[in-house]
Amino acid sequence: MSQYRVSGRGRVDTGKPVSFTFDGKRYTGAAGDTVASALLAHGVHLMGRSFKYHRPRGPVAAGSEEPNALIGTRRGPGRFEPNTRATVQELREGLEATSQNKYPSLKWDIGAVNDAAYMLFSAGFYYKTFMWPKNFWHKVYEPFIRAAAGLGVAPCEEDPDHYASRYLHCDVLIVGAGPSGLAAARAAAVDGLKVVLVDENAEAGGTLLSEPQATIDGQPAWDWLASELEALKAAGVKIMTRTTAIGYYHQNMIGLCERLTDHLTDVPADTPRERMWRVRAGQVVLAQGALEKPLVFHGNDRPGVMLAGSAQTFLNRYGVLVGKRPVVLTSHDSAWYAAFDLADAGAKVQAIVDLRDHVHVDLLTEAQRRGITAKLGYTASATSGRLRVSSIRVNPVKGGDVGTAERIECDAVLMSGGWTPSLHLFSHTKGTLAWDDDLTTFLPGKTPEDCVIAGASRGPWGIAAALNDGAEKGAAVAAALGKSASGKTFAVEADRTGSGITVKELPTDRSPGKAKAFVDYQNDVTAKDLRLAVREGMRSIEHVKRYTTNGMATDQGKMSNINGLNIASDALGKAQPKVGLTTFRPPYTPTSFGAFAGYHRGEHFEVTRKTQIDSWAEENGAVFEPVGQWRRAWYFPQAGEDMDAAVGRECRAVRETLGMFDASTLGKIEVVGPDAVEFMNRMYTNPWTKLALGRCRYGLLCGDDGYIRDDGVIGRLGQDLFHVTTTTGGAARVMNMMEDYLQTEWPDLNVWLTSTTEQWSTIALNGPNAAKLLAPLVEGIELTDEAFPHMSCLECTVAGMPARLFRVSFTGEIGFEVNVPAPMGRKLWEKLWEAGQQYGITAYGTETMHVLRAEKGYIIVGQDTDGTVTPYDAGMGWAVGKSKPDFVGKRGMARPDLVAEGRKQLVGLLTEDRSKLEEGAQIVFDADQPVPMKMVGHVTSAYHSDAVGQPIALALVEGGQGRMGETVHIPMPDRTIAATITSTVFVDPENTRLKI
Amino acid sequence: MLLIHCPYCDETLPEAEFTYAGQAHVVRAQDPSSQDDGQWEDFLFMRENARGPHYERWRHFHGCGRFFNAVRDTVSDKFLTTYKAGDARPDLSSLLEGQE
Ligand SMILES: [Zn+2]
Repeated sequence: MSQYRVSGRGRVDTGKPVSFTFDGKRYTGAAGDTVASALLAHGVHLMGRSFKYHRPRGPVAAGSEEPNALIGTRRGPGRFEPNTRATVQELREGLEATSQNKYPSLKWDIGAVNDAAYMLFSAGFYYKTFMWPKNFWHKVYEPFIRAAAGLGVAPCEEDPDHYASRYLHCDVLIVGAGPSGLAAARAAAVDGLKVVLVDENAEAGGTLLSEPQATIDGQPAWDWLASELEALKAAGVKIMTRTTAIGYYHQNMIGLCERLTDHLTDVPADTPRERMWRVRAGQVVLAQGALEKPLVFHGNDRPGVMLAGSAQTFLNRYGVLVGKRPVVLTSHDSAWYAAFDLADAGAKVQAIVDLRDHVHVDLLTEAQRRGITAKLGYTASATSGRLRVSSIRVNPVKGGDVGTAERIECDAVLMSGGWTPSLHLFSHTKGTLAWDDDLTTFLPGKTPEDCVIAGASRGPWGIAAALNDGAEKGAAVAAALGKSASGKTFAVEADRTGSGITVKELPTDRSPGKAKAFVDYQNDVTAKDLRLAVREGMRSIEHVKRYTTNGMATDQGKMSNINGLNIASDALGKAQPKVGLTTFRPPYTPTSFGAFAGYHRGEHFEVTRKTQIDSWAEENGAVFEPVGQWRRAWYFPQAGEDMDAAVGRECRAVRETLGMFDASTLGKIEVVGPDAVEFMNRMYTNPWTKLALGRCRYGLLCGDDGYIRDDGVIGRLGQDLFHVTTTTGGAARVMNMMEDYLQTEWPDLNVWLTSTTEQWSTIALNGPNAAKLLAPLVEGIELTDEAFPHMSCLECTVAGMPARLFRVSFTGEIGFEVNVPAPMGRKLWEKLWEAGQQYGITAYGTETMHVLRAEKGYIIVGQDTDGTVTPYDAGMGWAVGKSKPDFVGKRGMARPDLVAEGRKQLVGLLTEDRSKLEEGAQIVFDADQPVPMKMVGHVTSAYHSDAVGQPIALALVEGGQGRMGETVHIPMPDRTIAATITSTVFVDPENTRLKI
Repeated sequence: MLLIHCPYCDETLPEAEFTYAGQAHVVRAQDPSSQDDGQWEDFLFMRENARGPHYERWRHFHGCGRFFNAVRDTVSDKFLTTYKAGDARPDLSSLLEGQE
């Protein structure tokens, strides 16, 4: 038996030893232990170093609110988790735990010099250090602070575990399986209501696990608990332990994180490590109890100083004495019972030091019966001890005067500053909080959700009060769901009701300015920091919080918020409700990224859309790039080729003979109906009325603000049928915009819109030999300039497949786009590939497509435009049907700013030194002007161009279309590049190459 | 996650099926060319940023695809009502009474 283990106490099984290591040293705990309770059983309190000052720290709590005892846990390669709370991590055989934030060792830590450099880290130090000379920040402070401050080290290996995700619908969700939650579940489980009861602990019971002395309805608490859990299961209640309600979202959706394997020695194959539940509940009962507050005094963070209620939990639930000679320091009755329990388990309680002048006589009698000295009307002014508390300094307080100190030797200090209702989840609902003067704390007010609070979370204290309130609230939510239910009343004996007072930092006979009296343990914020923040002008509690970082650590101020508020409001001279509380946000406790990601990781992180021809591209060595959600072939390198070489070869093939391109990702929308032409006239800038059947036209889509939104070729395949193509990335957006105008502005138009993007496979053939290849395969039409001129379209048969054939070109060469039903895509591709071998047919990717179109000055919406470019800016005024009475964007284009002089306009650029520009590079007119220079535009596209013989670029330049031949400058980090403004068309401006 | 009632499907469904589509009852003039610059600016850019009930548009994107209107309280995030596109703006005071 370990030195501090008490036989006959606790719920752990000392008959089942569990071996683990902490910082490499081997320890043995018992089944049912947490890492914290197992270490405490060996007398180990020192478990970590603090965030800023590297002060030695031990556990201050026994549950998920623990701020200090953060450890790293490892289970083989990739399975390392930093910042695990030792009070939550259940022991398992072979667990490897390590302390954090120390060097070279936990006991001898170099970073502890920070503790002496206290002034450097006082409130607002981040903001103050930013104001020092810039190179000081980079060279001195930042490296120092980075090295010194921090929590655990993030793992860099990929997480080999997997995480699950589920939905759950229930009538009543109860958060917290303490007495109030249990009673609520029993009362609500009537008439077929589906009730779910969740608790973050390894077992249900809450406070009852720490208070075995009570009897409920004549049964000892633990017997009652066991039979009650059986009764709940029999009543159909789903009980989920190790399940944390992490957030309360809109309309009673609650996120639950269920931990499935971290406590297991052997993890069954394929078991997810955690499971995220998204629960939609008809009614929610929050029964999360209350959290104990520390007392704020110099040295209140020394290992061995902990919450009295937690010491009681370590004893009664885990059978561990946290000290054999403890001192109890309190302002609340509850800590007296902790003293009694520890004394009854064999500890020699040195004293109960109470801040109050008077306590109930029964407490004094009980203390006296155990031979414990009670000191009423005392304060604590210091503790001492290097890695563990060895004494506490206490002083009598009379009429506000702090008297002479005396020192009490001890090995633990059990403190209680009273209890704070746990209202985090309630706060997530945007519930209002109401200040309660009697309890000196916030209680739940109104919430917009269907949610009630039960038990200590709304003020009542003691097991009977919690049970009865829980039963009442459980019946109430059942009634709200239309069921008749009634809450029973419980008879509880040996209940420990009580009350207390709330204080700010404790009075001291020493200089308060030198006190290291911690409010927020995890962020190392002291009472002095809070007062300094107020002195330096912070008035709002939100500002005080950010200036000091109080409550901003991973525990979100579970222990520190109310103490911080009390001190700040005292410093501000305002009542607490006038100062207010900062907002709690999800998650309630730190939650792994894995749980949030669930199945959405790796290849399942995002949809990858593939065309029917994608498999051919993959087999033929394509390099891919993502475009929207599509994966597109970027280029097809042959042996020994880099990207430039491959793209150069692909470009030459298209210009010299024949290239083939998978254009299936182009968005396609079918616009059908008697009013289709009118709809097209109103949507697109171009006129459509006179577009003949079997002809197509480049269409430009603007917003009502007059700026270009999308473009694409649109064919008229019937009097009332338009085949609209859009950009790959814009397809869904264009469809949405069309639907919006059709449904809400012009509901009178008789038009149907159908997205057909994925119904067609589209193959583009480009090059001087395109018609020669295709002609023998096309039935029903001759591919001549006369029979099927450029910008024609036709429904026909290609290689025996039903097709929509377009004669269009995005390259400046003779071009066709063949659309066949999607599943036939690869078959057609292979036929064309085979037939094209005689012409040296070459597959090309998106990069070559970009180069070829840029050589012709064809824009890519979203690359050469940025949402502030009009058709006129882009040099495409010809696409605007000026005589139409209205179209989307017409009025917008007439806005004063859009017709003003000096707008940025699309032009071509050729560099004087024949270097390739960088896309996004800024342009200036005068390279000799002082910095900051006046920027007059930017490069939108830049490529090597084999056809031009030097790199080309497109750019937006102020008044560019009136500056042909002028020189502009592109300042780069190492040099400034001069470039000449040219037309955007670099190749074949007369379009002679389009003729067959 | 919000639950939203689609007035076309007449079903209350999770927010993930819907997309937000901006303020409702912003009227695009019958003849935009007759609008002066100020009127067109109001139509394009000026929005309410209400604290409280807000008339807004949603689309049942992954459902019936219809655009519809809603009144949502921007403080509580509660929907007071949803109604079909083209229906008259519902009277706010009677909606608020219904909430009490
Ligand atoms: Zn719908």
